[in-house]
Amino acid sequence: MRFGLSEEQTLLSDSITRFLADNVPLEEVRKVASGEASDSAVWQGLTELGVPGLMIPEDHGGVGLGSLDAVVVADCLGGNVTPSPFISSAVIAPTILLAAGKREDLLGSIAGGEVRIGIAFGEAIGARVDADVKVSGGKISGKSLFALDTQADHFLVATKGKHIYLVSASDCEVTDLPTVDRTRTTCEIKYNDVAAELISDDPAVFTEALDRARVVMASDTLGAAQHMIDEAVAYAKVREQFNRPIASFQAVKHMCAQMIADLEPCRSMVWYAGHALDSVPEEARLLACHTKAHLAEVGRSVSKTATEVHGGMGFTDLLGLHYWFKRCGFNRQMLGVPEVVREEAARLQGLAA
Amino acid sequence: MELSFGPEYESFREEVRDFITTHKDQQAPSSAGSEAGKSWQKTLIEAGYTARTIPKEYGGFGAAPDMVKSRIINEEFSTARMPGGLGGQGISMLIPTLLEMGTDEQKEQFIKPTLHGEMVWCQGYSEPGAGSDLASLRTSAVLDGDEWVINGSKIWTSTAHLAHWMFCLVRTEPDAPKHNGISFLLLRMDTPGIEIRPLVDMTMNANFNEVFFTDVRVPKDQIVGRRGQGWQVANAILGHERDSLADPNASMTRLNSLIDLMKTETLGGERLIDNPLYRERLMKIQGRVMAMRYNDMRVLSSRLNKDQEAPLARMITKLQGTELRHELEALAIDAMGEVGLSFGSNPYLRGGGSWQYQFMYFLGLIIGGGTNQIQKNIISERGLGMPKEPKIEK
Repeated sequence: MRFGLSEEQTLLSDSITRFLADNVPLEEVRKVASGEASDSAVWQGLTELGVPGLMIPEDHGGVGLGSLDAVVVADCLGGNVTPSPFISSAVIAPTILLAAGKREDLLGSIAGGEVRIGIAFGEAIGARVDADVKVSGGKISGKSLFALDTQADHFLVATKGKHIYLVSASDCEVTDLPTVDRTRTTCEIKYNDVAAELISDDPAVFTEALDRARVVMASDTLGAAQHMIDEAVAYAKVREQFNRPIASFQAVKHMCAQMIADLEPCRSMVWYAGHALDSVPEEARLLACHTKAHLAEVGRSVSKTATEVHGGMGFTDLLGLHYWFKRCGFNRQMLGVPEVVREEAARLQGLAA
Repeated sequence: MELSFGPEYESFREEVRDFITTHKDQQAPSSAGSEAGKSWQKTLIEAGYTARTIPKEYGGFGAAPDMVKSRIINEEFSTARMPGGLGGQGISMLIPTLLEMGTDEQKEQFIKPTLHGEMVWCQGYSEPGAGSDLASLRTSAVLDGDEWVINGSKIWTSTAHLAHWMFCLVRTEPDAPKHNGISFLLLRMDTPGIEIRPLVDMTMNANFNEVFFTDVRVPKDQIVGRRGQGWQVANAILGHERDSLADPNASMTRLNSLIDLMKTETLGGERLIDNPLYRERLMKIQGRVMAMRYNDMRVLSSRLNKDQEAPLARMITKLQGTELRHELEALAIDAMGEVGLSFGSNPYLRGGGSWQYQFMYFLGLIIGGGTNQIQKNIISERGLGMPKEPKIEK
């Protein structure tokens, strides 16, 4: 019995972490967040490490790794608040195209970082009155809100019935929708009766991609929250008030202890959920829901508490800690808020209608 | 990630399941020292399901230590809600201590009768003035000829009223630094000069006691380890207690009981589970129980694989596990409305009154076994490397 990451997964984590530390410092994150630069350079760098093709089989030009490997990468990306389309292009899109067995010709260019695929899942997860998508006769009309990745070349659009269509961004009107977290982009997409290619009409394909994306997103929160705890502890050790480091005050120590006590079990949960997606299918769905919801809750409390430990500095832009705070917030709202996801967990067990 | 224990262990699991099926009507033994408890203990030792690694010469099963087998036994018994072997501080605390630090004579004299429930022990550690700061304890033992003469008092002494013996910490070197002046003594509870007063807790049980010592004379050789070494003797096994206070398997089993309750119990003509607010709370708790379960798998793995380390995962279990159980029990009470208040002889009790009882019992565990605030000190200091609170000059 061995519960944990393999040697290869640890190496993968080390190499991504090293790359991000060297190439994506906070100044770079700030540039992307302020709109001064796009995340293309970062994505290109990650392409050299094989990240876009992480889950794409080798015969399609990818690395051919599994869900737990994607979890490992997301942990690193979250820890560094890395601007990138990882979750849409590298996790959701390959999962859908492979599960549906459609447009596998795109996989090579996704793996090569040449093509980015965005995601418009809002309709399928929780439709809004101000957005509506209709498909008929191979044409799509209406609009999607909060689609992932403003720079995408194509979008995978899910309908209320969990059918998935592929549309080309150049056929649509794509408008950036700024959110509180500028390390990932979201947009409004208007479809004016444009070509939509049916990728899947099987809801199970949508579900498989959603489960995987939820676990990967939870892992992004894990990384972001862990970084915030590390920063809070380090800051408390050097910040002095009343002639002593604030880390020696029990009030501060107990805040830090509670944060790590809440987050440490999350690591095991995220790992196991990643493992279950590929190896324990009967548990995977329930775990994906609970992992997404639980990490959202812990992410919220850790990001609040870690900011408080920094005192006034935590509230400033000088320190930049807020990027991690907002990242946790983004991950909480996207792909199902905790209350909605927990209700899904109840339904899966026959505990709710 | 390799979660299987392998074919050898899976067949062991089958053996345990067969045993459980054969003994499925076994009732939980009523109390420490009861005949039913002793007889069930004997059956379990013979099968190797308790006292598993204690040498045969001391009345145990004599198997080599095997964490996986112990784990499988624990999992299967817990899932089947099958009563385990005798507990109590003699078995859980004293026997491991003697095996590690006792003389051959002490092992010979004490382990077997303790294991078989013939000799019941209580633990004399805490004092009215020495709780979280245990090392400041003041009960004294002074050597007079061949005997220690003990004066002072102990508190929170579980089962003192039933115990035949006590193992305790006393101050024997009053001039040494506080951690180096303590010794670990064994004494008979019928020694003249001992007075026991029951201490009723909020569950209205008198499991705790206060114990007072007035010139209590104890033979000189009833010491474990050397004079002044008592703190190290006691700490050699203290970690065991904290781990066992919040077993995630037990939480999982309890969660399933809560789900059963919420599916059957109704309020206002509606099943509790159909109330979206209670359902939401249930799901929140389920997520936390699951996280603790995988945390526990990681801890086990770090014990089995020498190259893995998970010190934080281990340190947080008592803090998180006890709080979680307290909240889990609270949900059952809340969801039942007035019926949730039922206690004692009330005919509307659900689950034998266990929901209110466990709700309070786990509050006791949040405080006991090293308060959760002390746990947070340990986590922040040993786990996160934060400095200790500066000492106040005396």
